Amino acid sequence: MTMRTRALLYSFLTFLIICLDYSVAFGQDSDGIFRTDRINALVLVVIFSAAILLYTKWAKEGKPLFLRKIPGLNAVEEAVGRATEMGRPVLFIPGIQELDDIETIAGVSILGRISKITAQYETPLMVPVRYPLVLAACQEMVEQSYVEMGKKDFYDQDIVRYVAGEQFAFTANVNGYMMRERPAANIYMGAFFAESLLLAETGNAAGSIQIAGTALPEQLPFFIAACDYTLMGEELYAASAYLSHEPVMTGGLKGQDFVKMLIIICIIIGVVLVSFGMGDTFVSWFEQV
Amino acid sequence: MRTTIPVAIAFLTGVIVVLATWFRDDSFIGGLKQELIIWLTIVGGFTLLLGVVSITRVSWGSIQRRSDGWGYKALTLLGVFAMAIPSVLSPTWSTAFGRADGSIYDWLFNYLQMPMMSTMFATLAFYIASAAYRAFRARTVEATLLLITATLVMLWRVPMGEYFLNLFPGDIPSLLNTYIMNGVNLAVQRGIMIGAALGAAAMSLRIMLGIERTYMGKG
Repeated sequence: MTMRTRALLYSFLTFLIICLDYSVAFGQDSDGIFRTDRINALVLVVIFSAAILLYTKWAKEGKPLFLRKIPGLNAVEEAVGRATEMGRPVLFIPGIQELDDIETIAGVSILGRISKITAQYETPLMVPVRYPLVLAACQEMVEQSYVEMGKKDFYDQDIVRYVAGEQFAFTANVNGYMMRERPAANIYMGAFFAESLLLAETGNAAGSIQIAGTALPEQLPFFIAACDYTLMGEELYAASAYLSHEPVMTGGLKGQDFVKMLIIICIIIGVVLVSFGMGDTFVSWFEQV
Repeated sequence: MRTTIPVAIAFLTGVIVVLATWFRDDSFIGGLKQELIIWLTIVGGFTLLLGVVSITRVSWGSIQRRSDGWGYKALTLLGVFAMAIPSVLSPTWSTAFGRADGSIYDWLFNYLQMPMMSTMFATLAFYIASAAYRAFRARTVEATLLLITATLVMLWRVPMGEYFLNLFPGDIPSLLNTYIMNGVNLAVQRGIMIGAALGAAAMSLRIMLGIERTYMGKG
């Protein structure tokens, strides 16, 4: 199915859903089902989606797009290489949240890239998880990577293992693994909370090279203090696209940068208007988003 | 087909949840969103069995091989089944079953699990100390600035430090702290949060449109 066919199909389905909702609404005696107070958010979503689709289209057409280097991601291959040379495993943790958390999905996506590298080098990999749904997704992902790299024989179902459902039981188990097995590289990608420093400090004590990525600002200082490389905020979401080197994926990142530029312009306009006492309407439009 | 169907499901569910933002909860789409959330919980419940199977297989294999730390694995298995089995048995058979006060589950939770969790959390203080020592070593200009700033902020948050800082004339320490925490710190945090929110939205869009399929092991 081509991109255009898919887009047409999706548009039709969206239209169908909206029509269904309106048909139900017309049958109801209510004040209206549409949240008009959230129109501003709709405008932003439309602009955002358009920018991403446009840049993706340009990327597909072969237009060169510049992406700044992310040292933490460039270090991934180096870390796996180090583990291979030392004959020690790579530890990957896709955060401690459920699969409905976008940070976990980002972590699982990055795991796909990393497991391809470990499969290629035949490096042992260990992925402890906290939720069974994440277990199923990660097992599928890692198996697919090993198959794609032609290393199905090296795949073991227990590469990805359910460790514990409780936050600190999970941490205790992983810390114990780090001290016993001393993995050469620890990669933490996803949502982490109070256990972030417990994990990263133990990894540091075990002498592992450590790469972390999270979108939670509260946990970033801990990772920065204890890890060799840290992906901050949006870098985590960009990681899978960045590692893929696929133009279609990187196009989305450029679209995101474009919207970020728009937001910066809006902030500057807001600061100027508020400074001159004329920004009430402008600011309130954003406050309701 | 193995790719198209999951992408179509991801798109449909994604669109419903996103569109529900602009529709009231009693509308058709609002109801669909609630339904999807219930489905997620049901699917999550079924997958719990996968977790139990995984932990049992890994631990049992380790015990059989007598690999490093096999004793911990035995304790893990004991913990899993000692808590799970009595909690699912009917309390009508014995007051020790079920999850009510005085049951085996309740006793294990209150007198073993909770203290162990608290102990793990308490060790965080020592880890913070060792991480802070490494982060605050004044080896470069930036690290020195970080050290001075952190010392000021931390001093202001303990009564003794506040007492000493108040010896300075005027409100300088207070203003400085307010500026650091509500000015510089908050601005950086908001910058990261805006970037992360855009990143999350962009990734969601890539997944919904099938541009990013890495979560299925593709691409």
